[in-house]
Amino acid sequence: MSFLTLTHLEKSFGTNRVVKDFNLSVEKGEFISLLGPSGCGKTTVLRMIAGFEAPTSGSIIIDGQEVTGLRANARNIGMMFQAYALFPNLTVAENVAFGLKVKGVAKAEREARVAEMLALIGLPELGGRFPFQLSGGQQQRVALARALAPKPRVLLLDEPLSALDAKVRVSLRNQIREIQQDLGITTIFVTHDQEEAMSISDRIVVMNAGIADQVGTPFEIYNRPTTRFVANFVGTLNTFEVTVEDPAAGKVRLGGSIMTLPAALNAGTGSAQSIALRPEALRLGREPGYETVISGRIEDVHFMGSIIRLRANVAGETVVLDTFNRADQPPPVPGTGIEISLSGKDAILLQG
Amino acid sequence: MTRIIAWGVFLLGCLYFLLPLVGMTEFSLRMRRGEYSFDAYRVVFGDPRFWDTFSYSLILSGATILVGVFLVVPTAYWVRLKLPQARPFVEFVTLLPLVIPAIVIVFGYIRLYNTSSFLPLTGSALGTDILLTMGYTTLALPYMYRSVDTGLRTIDVATLTEAAQSLGAGWITILGRIILPNVMIAVLSGAFLTLAIVMGEFTMAALLNRPAFGPYMQLIGANRAYEPPALAVIAFALTWGCMGLMQLVARLAKHERAKA
Repeated sequence: MSFLTLTHLEKSFGTNRVVKDFNLSVEKGEFISLLGPSGCGKTTVLRMIAGFEAPTSGSIIIDGQEVTGLRANARNIGMMFQAYALFPNLTVAENVAFGLKVKGVAKAEREARVAEMLALIGLPELGGRFPFQLSGGQQQRVALARALAPKPRVLLLDEPLSALDAKVRVSLRNQIREIQQDLGITTIFVTHDQEEAMSISDRIVVMNAGIADQVGTPFEIYNRPTTRFVANFVGTLNTFEVTVEDPAAGKVRLGGSIMTLPAALNAGTGSAQSIALRPEALRLGREPGYETVISGRIEDVHFMGSIIRLRANVAGETVVLDTFNRADQPPPVPGTGIEISLSGKDAILLQG
Repeated sequence: MTRIIAWGVFLLGCLYFLLPLVGMTEFSLRMRRGEYSFDAYRVVFGDPRFWDTFSYSLILSGATILVGVFLVVPTAYWVRLKLPQARPFVEFVTLLPLVIPAIVIVFGYIRLYNTSSFLPLTGSALGTDILLTMGYTTLALPYMYRSVDTGLRTIDVATLTEAAQSLGAGWITILGRIILPNVMIAVLSGAFLTLAIVMGEFTMAALLNRPAFGPYMQLIGANRAYEPPALAVIAFALTWGCMGLMQLVARLAKHERAKA
């Protein structure tokens, strides 16, 4: 049985349905990210789990206990907020000890736990400081220690990295993941940053307009998006309109050539469909084994270190492709005519 | 040139405020003919009625501050947290004591709580003191509410509340350990204004016939020459003392430095 189960969860604010029939099962120790654009309902789902919002309908079960009607302070859930939310009047150590004090933990045990938590986040010497004396990254680490100190059943992270600068964000993200794996704590992470979700999660829930569009591992979400929204939201895509030639064999026509898709099509012969290819699935020049070759002209070249992202104009449409950087092969300059090879086996059929 | 004008305006302002104070203080020292002395102050401090009324008003101002804090902090907190749409209405209600004269309020009290009413508070000294405290709380409401509300604006009330809730805290813990300490300077400023109002209030105390400092000052002012300015100087000293205390507390509260 799952450790955290959300069943038919709904939330409406007046006539506005923010979360629609949301279902999710999370295993113990799993790290799940709720990913989606602003206003998709991901934070509302998190707040319902925390107990800050009452669901309009549906149920929330944690470790076999129905908590839907339980007050937030009775759920034993740790939470990190985007704005850190450290108590300004308490020192770092007092902040970390707050939950333990509320629980009535004895002073000696409390102090030991605070020291343990501060060591865990790598700030053992900062216990006597006030929050305003810390940097953003340090404050968020203290917030993590404070959330973990009372040994919560679930850890909820509400865009905790959004307010930090890029370098701190990456290091804290890795630290959160390490600590989460060490402690084996079930974690739900809300973010609108797909790179963040991809790098840190066991599974990702991509949300759109209050609905969980797709739930899967980062690999599945990126490589096998099941809806047009997921395909477009996660990563960069090139879309092509094709005509179905042989649905059972997965054959489609793009321009003058036939491509074979990885799976059979559930569409009639002659019908129009959309397929998508990731920039890294396209090849610069003619590539053996690739069924289709299209011609275009380079518009932009973005050098990104190990990867060079090329933007080409193909029959009035923009096509993006990535190539690996090679020191002996400079990238084409804008205005150069190029050929791009495509293979049906890399194509994603867009539905929904 | 602009600097000179600015300094000129500043000096004019200082003169406008300081000259009456200097004049009043100088006059309070002239009780003995031909020389300066503290005779007026000696008379004031030697009068047992001064100490009786002063301590009475001080106790009532303490009670008023307590009632005000217990009434206003949870209300302002709740309005910010859960009822932001009710804020204009609550602000309007808290402003009413500024437009309704104290005499109207006290007559209303006397009508409602006289000895033949369902709650005969005016029938005993303690009951009347309670009534007077409530009246003072009403008079101080606009200042206390605004101070606390401004204090609450400087902190993220909703997120701090949720953070405390997620750590298992109930409402009393949240208010007592998180919200109140973080708006303490604002509460102190409201408390100081309340103290100033209560120490000088005349109408309510006089009409409820209680031995407060306001009626005593009026009595002295109507019958003596040198003691009233001495009393006013004492009142100023008290006020500035309170302001100094507030500054001291603000300096001692380390976490408040972040807001400075």
